Amino acid sequence: MTNEHVSFRDVEQVFPARGKQDPVHALGPISFAIRPGEFFSVVGPSGCGKSTMLDVMSGLTRPTRGQVIFEGSPLDGTVPDGIGVVFQEDASFPWLTVWDNVAFGLRRRGVDAAEIRRRVDYALSFMGLAAFTKAYPSQLSGGMRQRVCIARTLVMQPRLILLDEPFGALDQQTRLLMGDELLRLWRETGATIMLITHALDEANLLSDRIGVMSARPGTFISIVETGWAKDRDSTLAELPEFGAVSSRLWALLRSESMRAMGQHAASRSSLAGKAA
Amino acid sequence: MGKAGLIRIAVILAAVLALEIACRTGAVPPSAVVPPSAMLASVYEILTTGEIAHDLRLTLTAVVIATIIAIVGGFFAGLIIHGLPRLRRTLAPLLAAYYAIPHLAFYPLLIVVFGLGLGPLIVLASLLGIMAMIIATLDGLDHVPRVLLRTAAVLRLNRWSEMMLVRLPAAFPHLLSGIKLAFSYAFIGVVAGEFILSTAGLGHAISFAYDNFQNRRMYGLILIAIGLVTLVNTTLLVGERRLLTRRGMR
Ligand SMILES: Nc1ncnc2c1ncn2[C@@H]1O[C@H](COP(=O)(O)OP(=O)(O)O)[C@@H](O)[C@H]1O
Ligand SMILES: [Mg+2]
Repeated sequence: MTNEHVSFRDVEQVFPARGKQDPVHALGPISFAIRPGEFFSVVGPSGCGKSTMLDVMSGLTRPTRGQVIFEGSPLDGTVPDGIGVVFQEDASFPWLTVWDNVAFGLRRRGVDAAEIRRRVDYALSFMGLAAFTKAYPSQLSGGMRQRVCIARTLVMQPRLILLDEPFGALDQQTRLLMGDELLRLWRETGATIMLITHALDEANLLSDRIGVMSARPGTFISIVETGWAKDRDSTLAELPEFGAVSSRLWALLRSESMRAMGQHAASRSSLAGKAA
Repeated sequence: MGKAGLIRIAVILAAVLALEIACRTGAVPPSAVVPPSAMLASVYEILTTGEIAHDLRLTLTAVVIATIIAIVGGFFAGLIIHGLPRLRRTLAPLLAAYYAIPHLAFYPLLIVVFGLGLGPLIVLASLLGIMAMIIATLDGLDHVPRVLLRTAAVLRLNRWSEMMLVRLPAAFPHLLSGIKLAFSYAFIGVVAGEFILSTAGLGHAISFAYDNFQNRRMYGLILIAIGLVTLVNTTLLVGERRLLTRRGMR
């Protein structure tokens, strides 16, 4: 394989005008590549097109312009085998137990029962859900439901895992622990991970590289290499180099976030102007 | 039972007691309403003599058949209309105004077409019930969370599996309300049809009692009709509550 697991070539996403709304230029043009086995994070102001980028990268959305290449072949508007996605929203099936939720994809794939049981039990204990196999999602907290969705993705053994702010619903301590779990999972599976997050420390701690996105339409202002060892964990946060990367990220994002807020303010005042 | 349940029962008991007193003291003439105790006694007589069994069987047969037609037909019609947005836009005014149509007015015509018997009753009742199911199906399919459909796409489900394993289970609470409504409408349709014109059935028995000034019997029969609907609806409601609790929707 080449040194590109997934790559964007001049990708642009424009959502067409709806009703009285103007078309939204959400993403790009953007070109970059994620290496096989890399832990790549994306940070950026909210509304800058991160989730849109994930949709395009997974094949769920065909971009308005440009191409996404996954493992050497261009995506054709469907999700290829080998990509797993954990969405920003809760995507657990409320009518299935935790166990059945996690087994759902494998059952559709015709994997034999013993293998399903092995993989599901492993994923559930890995995610700390072993005691909740018979529970329904409604009986779990938001963070636990998100873990169900992660487990459901893991059992499919994807080679590229896309995660959209998966720890958004968690408190700071649990976030850190989940981060360590994610690193363990990454090392164990050898999968390539793309993580979208709004927490700079989290991106810093977990990633080999961090793409810092501009305000909409999202492109990378800069891609920051962290250079952390593969067997890192949250104790990394005590190193002085860690602080240096964090402040670098913050410096890059500060002006962008202010620009993004300026955009909001501008659109708000133009609305006010129309109202007047 | 919660506090609300107790209060509800207390209110009902108080109303029944007030009616009983009003009837017994002659404030309400027996030609209008008979005392609730007399209604209950009448229900007891009608049920123990078994004289209503034949009428009841006919009514329930018509209701069951019409309910099934309304549910199955409404469900598939809903699926098709949902899949064809242009058809749906064309039908939108009909969907919205359907229950403003006086369906009962067509009953005499149905008798002319199908003859007197179960046929026209079943058609009338199905027509009444089917739209509730169509609307419930459309509503359910409209409200499947987008993220679940995206999950289906990531898990590479084909259209059939997506429908059977994601869309329909997600829509199921809506479908259940449709089933409940379809049954109620079908029941109303059959009993009302029998009341207007027929030779047998619960509605006919009520109408016959009414025409012959048998007030006690009429109220007994009405109570039986109410009891039947309540029984079925309560059963469905219990099932629905269990389902919604499991899904964290209440
Ligand atoms: N389906 C869509 N139709 C129209 N606009 C959309 C759609 N999805 C996202 N957008 C817009 O695109 C921009 C980027 O959205 P998103 O990718 O969700 O941002 P982020 O995940 O970075 O917060 C936002 O302004 C959003 O309103
Ligand atoms: Mg987002």
